Amino acid sequence: MIVVENLCKQFGKLQVLDHVNLTCSKGECIALIGPNACGKTTLIKSILGMVIPDSGSIRFNGEFINRQYLYRNSIGYMPQIGRYPDNMSIGQIMEMIREIRNYQSNTDEELLEAFKLKDLFQKRMRTLSGGTTQKVSATLAFLFHPQVLILDEPTAGLDPLASEILKEKIVKEKKNGRLILITSHLLSELDDLVTQIVFMQEGRVHFHKTVEALKLDTGEEKLSKAISSILKQSQHE
Amino acid sequence: MNRIIKFVILDILKNKVVVVYTFILAALSWSVFALEDNSTKGLLTLLNVVLLIVPLVSVIFSTIYLYNSSEFIELLLSQPVKRSKIWFSLFIGLSLSLLFAFFVGAGIPILIYAPPDVSLMMLVMGIIISTVFVSIAFLGSVFTRDKAKGIGIAILLWLFFALLFDGLLLFLLFQFSDYPIEKVVVFISACNPIDLARIMILLHLDVSAMMGYTGAVFKDYFGSRSGSVVVLLILTVWVFLPYAISLSKFKKKDL
Repeated sequence: MIVVENLCKQFGKLQVLDHVNLTCSKGECIALIGPNACGKTTLIKSILGMVIPDSGSIRFNGEFINRQYLYRNSIGYMPQIGRYPDNMSIGQIMEMIREIRNYQSNTDEELLEAFKLKDLFQKRMRTLSGGTTQKVSATLAFLFHPQVLILDEPTAGLDPLASEILKEKIVKEKKNGRLILITSHLLSELDDLVTQIVFMQEGRVHFHKTVEALKLDTGEEKLSKAISSILKQSQHE
Repeated sequence: MNRIIKFVILDILKNKVVVVYTFILAALSWSVFALEDNSTKGLLTLLNVVLLIVPLVSVIFSTIYLYNSSEFIELLLSQPVKRSKIWFSLFIGLSLSLLFAFFVGAGIPILIYAPPDVSLMMLVMGIIISTVFVSIAFLGSVFTRDKAKGIGIAILLWLFFALLFDGLLLFLLFQFSDYPIEKVVVFISACNPIDLARIMILLHLDVSAMMGYTGAVFKDYFGSRSGSVVVLLILTVWVFLPYAISLSKFKKKDL
């Protein structure tokens, strides 16, 4: 569904993305991991068209996305730090995005109910705590039944109960055949979610493997241990 | 109507700054016309208001509003919306609300008290000047991410066009008074939308004695009907050029 080819991006002198290649298809749940500042968020923002790459191409369902916008109809995006207009209430934001998307059919309100956001509908975004803002972001990402879900650090800032709800929702959507892209630092959380791992380092894709292959290669049962053993190997080399 | 424009205008109305601006313009205009028995004198006083306050409010309010809507822009960008549509909606939303404020605040008293041809010219110039400075605010704010810097640029641009520019022009005229530089001065004046607007209104007011040096030179060239058309054309360029440059920058911007 998403094919990234030779993507490069520089911020000043810093090479954030260095010839990144990536292929994602339907029904996969891909974890994008790597140390801080390795280009995960930049890659995601390039797919969304928020960052304009210097060279390389991104195809969504076979079509190049540069300067296009309609393809975003099938993407639900949950940012790392959700930033919303201060003066609008939760209800107004949801209504506005529904109007902008011109979405007529039923929205997916499961998360809305699970997070009990209906009671907070009148609250202005300015008054919300970080966790509640994350809940709003998550709800918005899932609201329009998107084909692709891009979740940037989805569980950061959520309490254990809420992050459990979110994880269940992710598993459910994975079964519905959606493509899910997650970035996270909490490897233990990803264990029962993801089917593939993309490891990025210094703007490059270090490896892209299925979870089974990774566990087989390293002989570890747990994802976190498998990753750390690979990291140790690469340090020895 | 475009849905994003609706949200922008509703948001600006909630903000109340535009409402206060309307009241200030209204208070000034009504009192100016009530104090002077001669409507031309009133118009001249109001002219200075229009040429100083309107650009100032337009450029600063638009700049601050653009910086404050960075969240709004970011939110919309992850949705299926064209970048140019977001930028255009912000431009139209800001211009429309500032124009509305100008029309309600200053336009109505001007239309009531002043003779029709002059009042129309004044209205048109007020509208154009508002839009030109919204457009300049867009250009200024697309270049820097830093809000304080952006507002600083906006204030400097206003200072330059409203005050410094005339000083420079006078300096040029005195320094080169031995040479025939009138044509050059006409050309330089076209580089300042406020000067152009002032000249246009003064030419219609028929008070050439009070026109000052810039205007006196200009009357020879632009006193005619075709001159007015040229001025209007240049002002239209002033509306669209800064906006067009800012749009092409915004399309390539990383957010």
